[in-house]
Amino acid sequence: MHCLSKTKTAMLKFDNVSMRYPEVGDVLRNVSFHLQHGEMAFLTGHSGAGKSTLLRLIPVIERCSRGQVLLDGQNLNKAKNRQIPYIRRKVGLIFQDYKLLQDRTVFDNVALPLVIAGYGHNEISRRVRASLDKVGLLGKEKKFPFVLSGGEQQRVGIARAVVNKPPMILADEPTGNLDPELSAEIMHLFEQFQQVGVTVLIATHDISLITQMNHRVLKLDHGQLIAS
Amino acid sequence: MKHTNKNQIKQDHWQTKTSGGNLVDKLHAYRDLHAHALFSSLGRLVASPFTSVLTIVVLAIAISLASGFYILVANLQQLTGNLEASNQISLFLKDETSNAKANSLADSIRRNPSVQNVKLITKEQALEEFQAYSGFGEAVKALEKNPLPFVIQVFPKNSLENEQEIETLLGNLKQETEVDFAQIDMKWVARLQSIMEVARRGVTSLSLLLGVGVLFVTGNTIRLELHNRRDEVVIAKLVGATDGFIQRPFLYSGFWMGFLSGVAAWFIVTITMLVLKQPVEKLSGLYDGAFHILFLGFMDTLTLLAISSMLGIAGSWIVLHFQLQRLKPE
Repeated sequence: MHCLSKTKTAMLKFDNVSMRYPEVGDVLRNVSFHLQHGEMAFLTGHSGAGKSTLLRLIPVIERCSRGQVLLDGQNLNKAKNRQIPYIRRKVGLIFQDYKLLQDRTVFDNVALPLVIAGYGHNEISRRVRASLDKVGLLGKEKKFPFVLSGGEQQRVGIARAVVNKPPMILADEPTGNLDPELSAEIMHLFEQFQQVGVTVLIATHDISLITQMNHRVLKLDHGQLIAS
Repeated sequence: MKHTNKNQIKQDHWQTKTSGGNLVDKLHAYRDLHAHALFSSLGRLVASPFTSVLTIVVLAIAISLASGFYILVANLQQLTGNLEASNQISLFLKDETSNAKANSLADSIRRNPSVQNVKLITKEQALEEFQAYSGFGEAVKALEKNPLPFVIQVFPKNSLENEQEIETLLGNLKQETEVDFAQIDMKWVARLQSIMEVARRGVTSLSLLLGVGVLFVTGNTIRLELHNRRDEVVIAKLVGATDGFIQRPFLYSGFWMGFLSGVAAWFIVTITMLVLKQPVEKLSGLYDGAFHILFLGFMDTLTLLAISSMLGIAGSWIVLHFQLQRLKPE
């Protein structure tokens, strides 16, 4: 009973998770940790340590081979395929390469999760503006992503990730293509989201950035969690 | 723990803001999504006119072949429909038979218990009829002698039911010395009707084949479109789009392709019929106007458009069903 209530309070829980690809063997080995609601943590480790794989398990891009992943109390291994879109709506995803639609305006890019969730016109317009305001891009709605700088494009990506107000944000090397100053700004943005109660998990190998900020660090080494 | 609780409260605050938008708004949003998919998919067809025209012409030809054969059979059916399905027996009497002998034979046959009625067509009546309806009136006048025989039309009782009986009656009638040649008229009607049946079946199977062709062509076009818009689909999936949401614009593309091909097919068939109209009516005029060319009627047109639209949607759906499952984000 105690165990059940504990899983309910955790936003994200990894319980002895292993991931094995037939071609490369074990990528994650018995990874266990949990993130509380509103906690911010960095996921770090050398390239190929399994950071991306770990992140991919959360929006069910893949399912783990052993163990279980619980998101907000829901066992992702048992999620049916038709439930996956609704799980993904709870997790704002941010990518190193931004993954913006180059032939759509900033507004349309940010509005996509709201359109998908079936919001009305006025609501979409209001929320997109609020979200762009938060990342400091208000007034650039009509621009196309390719005219924006890397830092601005990543902000569009962040605005899109948070526009639906998900309880969790996942970022995979969000500052990988940015200079240190811009990176610090982006990280500061993530802290702001954390302060309003969003759980934030950021995969990065930018050690200097991590040490500047006082947050929990999960370190992966050859698929094993060596520090948490 | 205190820290967590504080965050929890903020979290709730953040969350309550997510559940905005009432039901009416959502319904409007749903309608807007469909309207947007409907018009944006048409817009995409217009944006790449070359590809669209190629596909639509291929589809239109397939659909017009199927509907063209259909209307052809409908026209031929009109022709056979006019024929009575009676199985009367025609007795063609020998040329030297006299009026009196023909009459007495007719009377004797009339007394046969298995005969309902008998009609005697004299040589003169036959000639008149022939002059009037055959179109060879002038030529017949030039003949010195009436070449047509007496004909006795025999209508058997309980006509269609017992073929054996009719065959027996035919055999008996053939024995009469005056009879030169006897035939059951039903036979050629039956033959014609079975030819029509073959044609109908042929057209049905051909239409099915062409329909499958349409299904594959639209499916392939949608597959290419899906391939071209792969990034968009992957991103939509990552931000939580359901398969239904992703499929919608593609299904509308399929609909437009089917529908526009149906419209094009209608024009192809109708123009072909217009081209055929004059010679057919001329031919029909020579046969006492027994035949009027049939065009695709209102209901036929609706059916044509509905079927072609459905094929377009079905073709896209099949491809989407298989491709979207395989398309994993990243």
